[in-house]
Amino acid sequence: MSEATPNPWRRRALLGLPLLAAGGAGLGFWAMLRGLGTGSYDPHGVPSALLGKAPPDFTLPPLAGSDLPTLAAADLRGALARPVLVNFFASWCVPCVIEHPQLMALKRQGVPVFGIAYKDKAADALGFLARRGNPYTRLAADEPGRVAIDWGVYGVPESYLIDRQGIIRWRWAGPITEDTVAADLGPLLRRYSA
Amino acid sequence: MIPELGHFALGLALALSLAMAGFGLVGAHRAEARLMGLAPPLAMGALLAVGMAFLCLVASFMVNDTTVSAVVANSHSLKPMLYKISGTWGNHEGSMLLWVLILALCAGAVAGFGRNLPSALQSRVLAVLGLIAAGFLAFILGTSDPFGRVWPPPMDGNGLNPILQDPGLAFHPPLLYLGYVGFAVTFAFAVAALIEGRVDAAWGRWVRPWALAAWSFLTLGIALGSWWAYYELGWGGYWFWDPVENASLLPWLAGCALLHSAIVVEKREALKTWTVFLALLAFALSLLGTFLVRSGVLNSVHAFASDPSRGVFILALLMLYVGGGFALFAWRAQAMAPTGVFAPVSREGALVLNNLLLCSVAAVVLVGTLYPMFADLVLGQKISVGPPFFNTATLPLAVPLVGAMAVGPFMPWKRARLWPALQKLWWVALMALAAALLCLALEGVRVGPALGFFAAAWLIFGAAADVAQRVGLFARPKAALGRALALPRAAWGGALAHGGLGVTILGLAGMGLAVDRLALLKPGESVELAGYEYRLEGVADAAGSNFAARRATVRVTRQGREVVTLHPEKRSFPLARMTTSEAAIHTTWLEDLYVVLGEEREGGVVLRIHDNPLAPWIWLGAGIMALGGGLSLSDRRTRVAAPAAKAAAKAAGTVRA
Repeated sequence: MSEATPNPWRRRALLGLPLLAAGGAGLGFWAMLRGLGTGSYDPHGVPSALLGKAPPDFTLPPLAGSDLPTLAAADLRGALARPVLVNFFASWCVPCVIEHPQLMALKRQGVPVFGIAYKDKAADALGFLARRGNPYTRLAADEPGRVAIDWGVYGVPESYLIDRQGIIRWRWAGPITEDTVAADLGPLLRRYSA
Repeated sequence: MIPELGHFALGLALALSLAMAGFGLVGAHRAEARLMGLAPPLAMGALLAVGMAFLCLVASFMVNDTTVSAVVANSHSLKPMLYKISGTWGNHEGSMLLWVLILALCAGAVAGFGRNLPSALQSRVLAVLGLIAAGFLAFILGTSDPFGRVWPPPMDGNGLNPILQDPGLAFHPPLLYLGYVGFAVTFAFAVAALIEGRVDAAWGRWVRPWALAAWSFLTLGIALGSWWAYYELGWGGYWFWDPVENASLLPWLAGCALLHSAIVVEKREALKTWTVFLALLAFALSLLGTFLVRSGVLNSVHAFASDPSRGVFILALLMLYVGGGFALFAWRAQAMAPTGVFAPVSREGALVLNNLLLCSVAAVVLVGTLYPMFADLVLGQKISVGPPFFNTATLPLAVPLVGAMAVGPFMPWKRARLWPALQKLWWVALMALAAALLCLALEGVRVGPALGFFAAAWLIFGAAADVAQRVGLFARPKAALGRALALPRAAWGGALAHGGLGVTILGLAGMGLAVDRLALLKPGESVELAGYEYRLEGVADAAGSNFAARRATVRVTRQGREVVTLHPEKRSFPLARMTTSEAAIHTTWLEDLYVVLGEEREGGVVLRIHDNPLAPWIWLGAGIMALGGGLSLSDRRTRVAAPAAKAAAKAAGTVRA
């Protein structure tokens, strides 16, 4: 199209443009493929409608047999000492086992992790925590899974980060891995702790 | 035994393709006739080997060999034979094999029909095709072997996705691939030209038939996919601007630009750099489509086998071919000096305008398709770019494109004046205006459809005016018939393709007037839509070969007169645990009566009824476009590219293509 461009260098640059564009697109695609592997890029992921909002209203019974207090919407409203992580889990869920060490590490760092046992029998959930350790400071039972529906949970494990003002800042569907902590959760905790 | 034979044939094809690439490139570089002479027989050998492998896979599907993993995953003994065969390419592994088979066919055609090509050009083209084939054969053998064995074999296969059990879809992928892979040949021609550093009129003449063939097949493939979506998905829509649909539209747009700019290279030896770029781009976009669909990086309703490790392999191939092509372009395109300058108002000027607009549309579609992915990657934002963006962004580009399409063929080469060309079109403009006014009078103030009818009439009558002018229908009516018969087929083909787009736009404009309604009906109740009365007679169970169905009987009457009885169905496939809805469609050619069966509740059923004016013309128009392409392809001049034919055409007074 630019057959009559006078400056040969400009023409040369113009001819190199497609290569540059293809290279840039290639790099981007490569990053996407890498992200698909690590989970940081997910084209099918649906953002939570609750991001930037307060959690839905709910009250839940405590997990029978545990001596921990239960969790209700009131516990997540405003003026919290630190940001908290609400974690839906179940003893029958294999990825929850993968995620468990990271939750224990968070507990050691002093991050309050609140657990909601999703569609699980109290005895099974207690057995799970007894075998592997209990990362939770509050523990509620959602055996019918109603509250999970209100939160928009689409599978366990699933975690929500709530800042000190009681606003949901982050949702993670799937197990929290070391990479997730390093890349996403860690920075967010630092930001919202201030 | 048969799968092992297929596997061996694939390995053999890989070796032959590599040999073809090596001998072709080295032979052409050293100008050694003996080395170059090896390329065509090697291409034939590779074709035989890939054809063998493909037949082995088809045979495995036909006998439902459950020791073959692709068969287990995608087939079932109860499936009708047609779908057993089409199941061969209805999955990732088989479709890649089909892709390579078509590439081998193209290379075979270049080897067989390309005897009048200069041998250096032919062996370079074959070498590039060999490189591409080798890459994809390595991909198949390395990451998606269709002949993998399963032991112990299961009792039966897992069945094919029931949505894909459809005659339309059985032929949709092969047609699309014929298009995509056809652009591999133009790509190979472009790379060969860049290596030689020479593009001339002859090059344009050799590239154009390939561009035409690829474009025609792609047109048919896209139309078939869109038609399938219309009758099978049951949404009453025909184009959703889904990323995967866009991925097939992009090479179509680039190919459309290419086959027009190749005319300018052929006739005027100008636009060379640009044409080479388009040839590279068309294939780059074809590969991009393959990558997007296969790698799983995008969110689409067309969820295909997606696997990041395959994605990395395809990306590597994409970068190798596209990056290599563009690098060669950046390095060598400088050498291609244009020989002629030309006036902006001329046939070639009109073709440049066409190219600019087509490429702008392609750029809009490309940005709209890729933007959400890159926004997610870079900004972490989930954005969905949908029909509103594409419709509003492409419309301002489509209007001048359609406007110029009818005027362009009236412009002579080299230097033209706009006014005389427009004067010949006054009656076309009048007809178009009449069509728009008729729409406004019948349907009220609906700007979109009215504009659509204007554009459709403008193109259809514009194409008619083009033919009329060429045969001198008004100047010398008596001699017109003889001249019509003597008119080169390329001229007929061009007019037909332009008119075909007009017919498609006619259908699109009609669909702009479509109405639908949702009704909960009990047996015996009826509902009215667009002058038709739909009466639900009843719902009953029906059985198919591998599904069970609920079948409604809907009687359609118009002013008490019987029109048709429709049977929309809901099919459930127990093996795949899926239900599909089969829309019942009755076409009067002026409109489609389209009924979809919904869920049953409260003793009644939900029916969704659409009245789609002129819908069939959308795909009929695409068929006409492809026919135009085929007719142009069958022209002696594009086939043999003999100088004598050009002289003969000049003698007949029809130098205009």
